[in-house]
Amino acid sequence: MADAPTDISPPARRFERREPPVGRNVPVVEFDDVTKVYDKGSVALDRVSMRVGRGDFVFLVGATGCGKSTCIRLLMKELEPTSGSIAIAGRKLGEIDRKKIPYLRRNIGVVFQDYKLLPNRTVYANVAYALEVIGEPRASIRRKVPDILRLVGLSTKLHNYPDELSGGEQQRVSIARAFVNHPPLLLCDEPTGNLDPETSIGIMQLIYRINKTGTTVVVATHDREMVDKMRRRVIELSEGRIVRDEVSGLYRPDESTSEFAIRLRGELGIGMEGHPN
Amino acid sequence: MRFGFFLKESLRALTRNAAPSLAAMLTVILTALVLGLFIPVVQATTGTANRVRHRVVVNVYLANGITQEQQTAVHNKLIGLPNSKEVQFISKDAALKELEASRKGTKEAFNLLGANPLPDTYRVVPKDPGKVQHIVNALVTTDPATGKKTFAVAGIGDVRNRESDTSKILTATSLVKSLTAGMAALLVLASIALIANTIRLSIFARRREVEVMKLVGATNWFIRWPFVIEGVIVGFMGGLVAVLLLWIVKDTLVDPLANRFALIAAPNTIHFPELIAVLLVSCVAVSAIGSGLTLRRFLRV
Repeated sequence: MADAPTDISPPARRFERREPPVGRNVPVVEFDDVTKVYDKGSVALDRVSMRVGRGDFVFLVGATGCGKSTCIRLLMKELEPTSGSIAIAGRKLGEIDRKKIPYLRRNIGVVFQDYKLLPNRTVYANVAYALEVIGEPRASIRRKVPDILRLVGLSTKLHNYPDELSGGEQQRVSIARAFVNHPPLLLCDEPTGNLDPETSIGIMQLIYRINKTGTTVVVATHDREMVDKMRRRVIELSEGRIVRDEVSGLYRPDESTSEFAIRLRGELGIGMEGHPN
Repeated sequence: MRFGFFLKESLRALTRNAAPSLAAMLTVILTALVLGLFIPVVQATTGTANRVRHRVVVNVYLANGITQEQQTAVHNKLIGLPNSKEVQFISKDAALKELEASRKGTKEAFNLLGANPLPDTYRVVPKDPGKVQHIVNALVTTDPATGKKTFAVAGIGDVRNRESDTSKILTATSLVKSLTAGMAALLVLASIALIANTIRLSIFARRREVEVMKLVGATNWFIRWPFVIEGVIVGFMGGLVAVLLLWIVKDTLVDPLANRFALIAAPNTIHFPELIAVLLVSCVAVSAIGSGLTLRRFLRV
């Protein structure tokens, strides 16, 4: 590649052409000095800056109320930052017109802790709705929906209603719906929060597979075991600030078993203040 | 294809979410029934009031022994007045007959008198009974000091409009009219509020659904159309049931009684087909607009 500038050979040109105009350098998600203060005055995010590159897999971790969900909702443009700017694939969210928000969301898949499935539609109809919304022709809906449901392992439950499924299965439907039109960005807000560890692993594997197809994935979670096993980039938030950003981290770094035990006991102590003994 | 999709969506919502829709439909039926009964009642009342008001007239008595030209001049003057709707000529003889018909025993009295004492009369019906005094003022000027009357056209003997009767009729009928108008306005407002509120509840039950639709990137109108179509269907069905019930009431109760009660048979009331159309259109419009507007709150995410 060193001699590429002097050599205008066809292969080099083809290589350049294959690069999308935005380039690999433009991050998919970019927070620039973002502050979010809620109406009641509580600070959710305090001058947060971060970048997530194309195809990255990032965990957002931290205690409840540290601003993870706020990050996700800001990316959906469900909330507006109080100051600072957020960009997705180089496009500043602040410049997107209210009427264009639906089109932004079609390019972002979202998975929630409570699945957010439509209760009076079957599994098939729930996934198909995401395609109907974007005006996909019926023929391609009929092809794509069974495909994606097979991918998440639910090909036998097409015509069941969400309340007939287990939590893990519902979350799979929700992932299928988020990914059915192959968005470049997948946001997961506590995707395993309601699931037992074993089911959680299956869900994380699914998300990981989606990431392998080139989709950028941001997972907000406090599932420590999962984060530790995956060994992916970890951004830790605490009271609205980024306190750690490691390329392949643990949920809580450098904590020996004894330290953990001390912390656990300390926490228990706080909880048991009402029972002096 | 799009419309088919929206229609399918709204039918799905109607069948799978029947309870709130049924409640909305029931509200539509009830309010349409009340309105359907009230509209003819209001109209019959105002119609009767208007007919009473038409009894307000100005009598212009001609002087005795006037020429044909003078009489024509008076007639033209009366026709030319801006507030005159109708000018009737009542000759001496006709006036006598009218009087004889209304009061028994007058015939003998007039026979005793030997001649007909009544003058030829022009009866002026005003366009606006409330402004009947304008006609009088245009024809007569009364000198306040002497009480002597001067007439605008030669040949007029006197001008009268039965002042005390007139003022009674006018105050009573205008009170009746404004009362019924106020009641009608209140009822219409109450109906709209009731229907809109019920629809609001049925949508409120589905706000989570709307939220999910927004999350997967549905545009506002994409979400709104099925709800609006659902509103149209609910409004139409409710209106239809109400109209059916009204028709049954009309056919079994009102029509047989119409011959006996003047109020029911009042000619000024709305015809049944028009009433049906008004009720159906307003039911559909109110529930469709109600759904569309209520959604606005949940679409702001």
